[in-house]
Amino acid sequence: MTDIIKLTAAQIAAKIASGELTAVEVTEAHLARIEAVDEKVHAFLHVDREGALAQARAVDAQRAAGEKLGPLAGVPLALKDIFTTEGVPTTVGSKILEGWIPPYDATLTRKLKEAGVVILGKTNMDEFAMGSSTENSAYGPTGNPWDLTRIPGGSGGGSSAALAAYEAPLAIGTDTGGSIRQPAAVTGTVGVKPTYGGVSRYGMVAFSSSLDQGGPCARTVLDAALLHEVIAGHDPLDSTSIDAPVPPVVEAARNGSVAGLRVGVVKQFGGEGYQAGVVQRFQESVALLKELGAEIVELDCPSFDLALSAYYLIAPSECSSNLARFDAMRYGLRVGDDGTRSAEEVTALTREAGFGDEVKRRVILGTYALSSGYYDAYYGSAQKVRTLIKQDFDAAFEQVDVIVSPTTPTTAFPIGERADDPMAMYLADLCTIPTNLAGNAAMSLPCGLAPEDNLPVGLQIIAPAMKDDRLYKVGAAVEAAFVERWGHTLLEEAPSL
Amino acid sequence: MPGITREEVAHLARLARLELSGDELDHFAGQLDDIIGAVARVAEVADQDVPPTSHPLPLTNVMRADEVRPSLTPEQALSGAPAQEQQRFKVPQILGED
Repeated sequence: MTDIIKLTAAQIAAKIASGELTAVEVTEAHLARIEAVDEKVHAFLHVDREGALAQARAVDAQRAAGEKLGPLAGVPLALKDIFTTEGVPTTVGSKILEGWIPPYDATLTRKLKEAGVVILGKTNMDEFAMGSSTENSAYGPTGNPWDLTRIPGGSGGGSSAALAAYEAPLAIGTDTGGSIRQPAAVTGTVGVKPTYGGVSRYGMVAFSSSLDQGGPCARTVLDAALLHEVIAGHDPLDSTSIDAPVPPVVEAARNGSVAGLRVGVVKQFGGEGYQAGVVQRFQESVALLKELGAEIVELDCPSFDLALSAYYLIAPSECSSNLARFDAMRYGLRVGDDGTRSAEEVTALTREAGFGDEVKRRVILGTYALSSGYYDAYYGSAQKVRTLIKQDFDAAFEQVDVIVSPTTPTTAFPIGERADDPMAMYLADLCTIPTNLAGNAAMSLPCGLAPEDNLPVGLQIIAPAMKDDRLYKVGAAVEAAFVERWGHTLLEEAPSL
Repeated sequence: MPGITREEVAHLARLARLELSGDELDHFAGQLDDIIGAVARVAEVADQDVPPTSHPLPLTNVMRADEVRPSLTPEQALSGAPAQEQQRFKVPQILGED
């Protein structure tokens, strides 16, 4: 059992294809692991035991019938509870959707099922993906498998924790300001935010539509690439989906190299607020890239200093509009409908009861930023900052092929430390936000443990839009070099649960 | 940049259909004032002559053929409704009594 859960997705798929393992065996091993450790970790909000085993049996039957299996057929996956799943609860970490059973699958869910991927269940998250710690979930926090008293990152902390706790070899996240990459960084796993529009948003509950992007999470760069290829591609049901071929991410992951590549280091990603051990591991990563044959180029991107401010105007503005659909009329919670109250009063009572503090703060902040008198100064200026950030990236990518930075300024902080200090929480996304505002692609992968606390540090790689393959090419090279240097993967240093 | 008062938060909460408690108004007013104070930095670029970006992709109206496709049945569409009647969403009164 232990052996199966430690396998990579690529290894599992190969063993199922060769007949060495059955999909049912693999699924049962992971369900048993969830049973054994998830009471402590709390990565899952819902485990779909029957659905997972049914899908595994279908894959085994396909193989028995001599059908050709897809590259991830029979591999278990933990799905962030923001994607709709027909017949399986979808809460988005919110009380307002408690008990809701969607009548349809998200495009991403459908693609996973068609590929034979086994969806084990739905993972915990900050409510509506608003947060950097998963503490904003209405269903309680998730523990970081490296230290259960610390946060697993957010908003996709359930997905990253499931990977680090060996409850699943693959997971799905969504990244609006860093919600895939920051959890990956603080749990020693790999997470990729694809180019905006690369993965369909149809059936993904909207937070900030111009920033939200689903993407792959895994324990290795190759596994992330295999998953990326399954979920990406044009979708007519998402009008912002890019109608272009998916970048050759798997090929890139199988051919890692940085030789002759120009790698940018942005001076704005550093300085005050960055933990010493994070800076140290980042600098070692830059030195490693140089050793591997990359040319390092210093870059100045002055507008990045305004990214966090612009983000915390744009994201709340879009969320205040998107969340208007939770009106207690068509689905979800309804509170106070006793025959005496108007629809408007019932809506207000329901939203008060159904939304948590961070969601309320952002809805109010967005309503403020969009209100007449403040619109130009706040939302209008934030949109200008967005243009400047895009221009800074464009200028940078004329000089370099990829940019690297720490993924987060600090390692995993203790649960509770920033829970009621929104501004401190927001700083966790300092390095990840510019990419969301510009719409290009980025990855986080492990680059060591911070010496002062022995917790994982993430290296962020940023590529231009539609050049997602560069992330994998560079990521695979860095990963291979680190594994060779350490003699094992970083996760093998995690304490056993 | 002006700060934000408790009364303004109450007004915004009404606009956003949130029935906040008095304690929440006190709590959020302070926090929102801090957040707005921090993010107001964006106004540094207010006078710069750059076009606003509302979306990372330069897309304009994406059209598709107007064809009949399979969709949710009425039962599926109503499956999450808090209340329903005669294949419709049943809602509290919308218009005033008078």
